Order: sequence, then structure tokens, then C-alpha cells
Amino acid sequence: MIGKWRVAYSGVVADDLFKALADPTRRTILDELAEKSGQTLFEICSRLSMKHQLSISRQGVSQHLAALEAAGLVETRREGRYKFHDLNTAPLRHIAERWPVRDTPGPEKSTS
Amino acid sequence: MKIHLTSVFVDDQAKAERFYTEILGFVKKHDVPLGETDRWLTVVSREEPGGTELLLEPSGHPAVKPYRDALVQDGIPLAQFAVDDVRAEYDRLRGLGVHFTQEPLEMGPVTTAVFDDTCGNLIQIATISE
Repeated sequence: MIGKWRVAYSGVVADDLFKALADPTRRTILDELAEKSGQTLFEICSRLSMKHQLSISRQGVSQHLAALEAAGLVETRREGRYKFHDLNTAPLRHIAERWPVRDTPGPEKSTS
Repeated sequence: MKIHLTSVFVDDQAKAERFYTEILGFVKKHDVPLGETDRWLTVVSREEPGGTELLLEPSGHPAVKPYRDALVQDGIPLAQFAVDDVRAEYDRLRGLGVHFTQEPLEMGPVTTAVFDDTCGNLIQIATISE
């Protein structure tokens, strides 16, 4: 029973995770949060419009953030009257655990 | 038509007067008693004494709090001021104890930062380089 539950649970997690990552705007949001954690909705919107020339409404950005939060990739925290968004890369481990990355010695190995 | 006056709601006019003049460096233009406790209180930029006035308006109306709380939560500023150098102004204001919700952010020709005016609002400062 426990094993079955675990499989089902990780399937749900994976679905949300892959859906969240499938969208280019959401990946840009993750890039910006990787550059600097602890951003307000306003700052994320500014970065998307000014740095990336993405014309998207605040409501649209809110929805993207909700999808990222459902996948566990973004966490929010209240600090006084403000709400900040942080990146959480822990769920990405599901991907590496499912399809482990093996070191492949040889000329193709990346140096970076 | 000209933009002669714009306003922000402030929780406490005396506190706002101190913050907007002593910390931000604006100068008081009008200060007229209104009713028992309120004042018609405006400030202008030191660089533009005849320019647009900013009215520091009492925030007593019941609609103000939910409106401002929702905007502040999302980090949305209620006014924007131009400065010569956002980074320098950020350092100066931080030194005076001002709290920023957004550190200086360079986005192409525009650099912005957002701070809390201690009277209930977030304010954006911006430098636009030509």
C-alpha cells in the first residue's frame, strides 16, 4: 500500500513539475529568481517586461507563479506587509533521481 | 492641461512631513488646517519649487487600507520619483534607515529601486539614462 501511494504521489509531483517547466515564461521567472532570490511580484513583472520584453499582465505573472508554487519550484514568504518569492530547486532532484546522470569520461565531457 | 498635483495617502501627516522633507529632501509648499486634525499638506522637489506638488493626504477613508495593503503585499509602488543616480540614492537612504523591498535593478536604460515610505506606501525611484 505504502509503495503504491508513493508511486502515485511522485507521479502527481512530477506532473506539476514538468508542466511548470514546460512554459518558457516560467523558465524565465526561474532564471530571474536564480539571479536574485526574494523578489516581490512587482519586481518579477519589471524584470519580465524590461529585461525580457515580455508583455504579460500582472495577473498572468501571478498565474505562472501559482503553477511554479504548485510544483514546489517557488516558495513565498511574508515579511511584514510584503510577500517575497524564492526559488527552490529541490524538486528538480526528482528528475535526476528518475533518470540519473552518469559521468561519461571521454572527449565529450563538458568542462564547465 | 498640466499635472499640477498628485497625492499619496499617509497614515500620519506629521510623520509623513518629516519623512518626505527630512529623509527624501522635499520642501513643504502648503500647510493649511482642514477640520480638526487634517491638513492640506503638500511638498515639492527642491530642484523644482514651482513643479508638481505632492499632497500627503490623510488615509482615514475605509477604502484606503485594503487597497494599499493589497498593493504593498505585491510590492507595487504608489508613486515614482526621478533621481540622478538610483544606486547613490539607495545608499544614502539605506544609511538613513530606509527599508527597500527592491534593490537597485538595472533593466536596459532604466534603473529602479522600491522603498517603504513608513507611512503606508511603497515608492519607486528611477533613473533613465539617455
